[in-house]
Amino acid sequence: MHSLLGQYLPILVFMVIAGGIALALVLGSLLAARQKPYAEKLSAYECGFDPFGDARRRFDVRYYLVAILFIIFDLEVAFLFPWTVRLSRLGWYGFWSMMGFLAILTVGFIYEWRKGALEWE
Amino acid sequence: MIAAAAFYVFSAIMLAAATMVVTARNPVHSVLFLILAFFNAAALFLLAGAEFLAMILVIVYVGAVAVLFLFVVMMLDINFVQFREGFQRYAPIGATVGAVLLIELTMVLTGWRFLPEAPQWRSAPIPANISNTAALAEQLYTHNILLFQLAGLLLLVAMIGAIVLTLRERRMPRRQIIRVQLEREVRDTLEILQVPIFAGTDEIGIRMRKAISEDRGEAAHEGAESPMLAASHAQSETEGH
Amino acid sequence: MAAFFQTPLGELVRIVLQTLAILVPLLLAVAYATWAERKVLAAIQLRKGPNVVGAFGLLQPFADALKMLMKETIIPAGANRVLFLLAPIVSLTLALMAWAVVPVNDGWAVANINVGILYLFAISSLGVYGIIIAGWASNSKYAFLGALRSAAQMVSYEVAIGFVIVTVLLCAGSLNLNDIVLAQKHIWFCVPLLPMFVIFFISGLAETNRSPFDLPEGESEIVAGFFVEYSALAFALFFLGEYANMLLMSAMTTILFLGGWLPPLNIAPFTWLPGPLWFILKLFACLFVFFWARATFPRYRYDQLMRLGWKVFLPASLGWLVLTAAVLLATGWAPHGA
Repeated sequence: MHSLLGQYLPILVFMVIAGGIALALVLGSLLAARQKPYAEKLSAYECGFDPFGDARRRFDVRYYLVAILFIIFDLEVAFLFPWTVRLSRLGWYGFWSMMGFLAILTVGFIYEWRKGALEWE
Repeated sequence: MIAAAAFYVFSAIMLAAATMVVTARNPVHSVLFLILAFFNAAALFLLAGAEFLAMILVIVYVGAVAVLFLFVVMMLDINFVQFREGFQRYAPIGATVGAVLLIELTMVLTGWRFLPEAPQWRSAPIPANISNTAALAEQLYTHNILLFQLAGLLLLVAMIGAIVLTLRERRMPRRQIIRVQLEREVRDTLEILQVPIFAGTDEIGIRMRKAISEDRGEAAHEGAESPMLAASHAQSETEGH
Repeated sequence: MAAFFQTPLGELVRIVLQTLAILVPLLLAVAYATWAERKVLAAIQLRKGPNVVGAFGLLQPFADALKMLMKETIIPAGANRVLFLLAPIVSLTLALMAWAVVPVNDGWAVANINVGILYLFAISSLGVYGIIIAGWASNSKYAFLGALRSAAQMVSYEVAIGFVIVTVLLCAGSLNLNDIVLAQKHIWFCVPLLPMFVIFFISGLAETNRSPFDLPEGESEIVAGFFVEYSALAFALFFLGEYANMLLMSAMTTILFLGGWLPPLNIAPFTWLPGPLWFILKLFACLFVFFWARATFPRYRYDQLMRLGWKVFLPASLGWLVLTAAVLLATGWAPHGA
């Protein structure tokens, strides 16, 4: 397994260097520039108004719905990945096995379409 | 040696992150620590040689599930102080469940330890010469077809459940129907009339559309808003001559 | 010297050097992508574009960077300070990290891993974090709304991208990026999979929040979206992240559909150019289309955007996926992977 680790070491190095560059840029400008904060400057931008209320609040439930549907389709894609590399070995049996799986999810997709879960205004 | 060191580093970070998930005061920080734990779990998968699972863990859990968690804790304005008050009440139940899980885990792990031939009982040993992903494929779609289809059904149930729970019926006053928009032609909306001078609308046969305001409610896309407008343009033109 | 690179320390040094050999040109390319975009937009609108700082305005990116460096980093009073500064760092780091697996020539990737395409997919699915964290940490309504829209948008198009990638993998029979490019030796995948190529590119526009899908920063409604509260280099980092993501999307398009470093035809005049040059040429061609789209198309409306993603791209890509698999099996063209 050492060879596998060797393959992934560059990614770790890459992450450290890239993150270091990004961090250095932010800190650099924090240090290099003159910081002169005051209350008016630090208030949240709201087109000239004084901001009223906290910005973090409930919002439309359909955003959650999109996130949930995304998880389901993401899983569907995850199930597809191994299938692609082995299609020729799996043959028609593997093909129809996957078609069954996709058909089940297509039923769900049609249901969500007919229910109007994909409608935005 | 390096692999062992890496294993301990990643597991230590993972355990620390998992502890922070439970103890962090700010729920958003909790989720971020959870993401850190996921990453280290993915690294552990890599150490075990399961690169496909490692990537899928990141794609599905970090890229999708944790996004939903973040959505929920960031945007659902839950009162977390109130949340914590329940902690005392539910602590016994939580402790019981935890203890049962611990006992079960111990049983599984010790069983493994006591039986040296246990690894040979695996139904599908890892083939040596093909990649992890391919090995998974050879098992999943044909040998375990029933489980695979059941996974599909499970996803279907999740999909329907999500829709049933979250979808509220709402009026869609202005849904766009592209087909109708594309089928609309000039002659449906515009009528050019030669209007004699001093003729009123009654005489040339343009009827005023009283229903314009009602119309608008149901179909803004329908067009044919008012031939009146076109007519009045035509009129002013003829008058100009 | 060669012996030194065999030792563990030497290997680490080699990896660091390789990383820098990718990152430094990449950062330069990102900086010049901003310049190139302004020049291309200017040319399309019959203007001159930046032309004051240096010849043809070539030093403009550096002037911009210096200006940004000397600006004050304003952290709003209600913001979560750590996360506020973390968000742009995450954004840029992710956009750069993906390049670890991109093969510029046969075998020329810093990390040639077996599951390269999954790594790219994973990184692009993480891109949403920089935006959500920024939107939430700012504690500003515009930032919040922008982040929300952006997250929903990226997530929606990710599904279509997933199906497109799976279709390409069906034809390539491997998850390794190097193998995917080599599988296009005879014909680039953009020819047999033309509809998927189009879907992928358009989804790429949406995934990088580029116009005509730049609703998260729609300046006429939510001013600048998720990064409205950012200033100085923290702001610049989002900007750089966006351009780095565009470069990455172009690179992915090149690898998946345009045959990576392979010349269009394997005959004399085309083979004179070395592989990396072909790769860069294709990359820039894709990047140019990104700019071109911005100059040409008006912004999408949000309901149209969601409909395009869920009701057009998703079923279309799924259908084409099934079709591709059936054709590959029926004709026996399915690759016999190792």
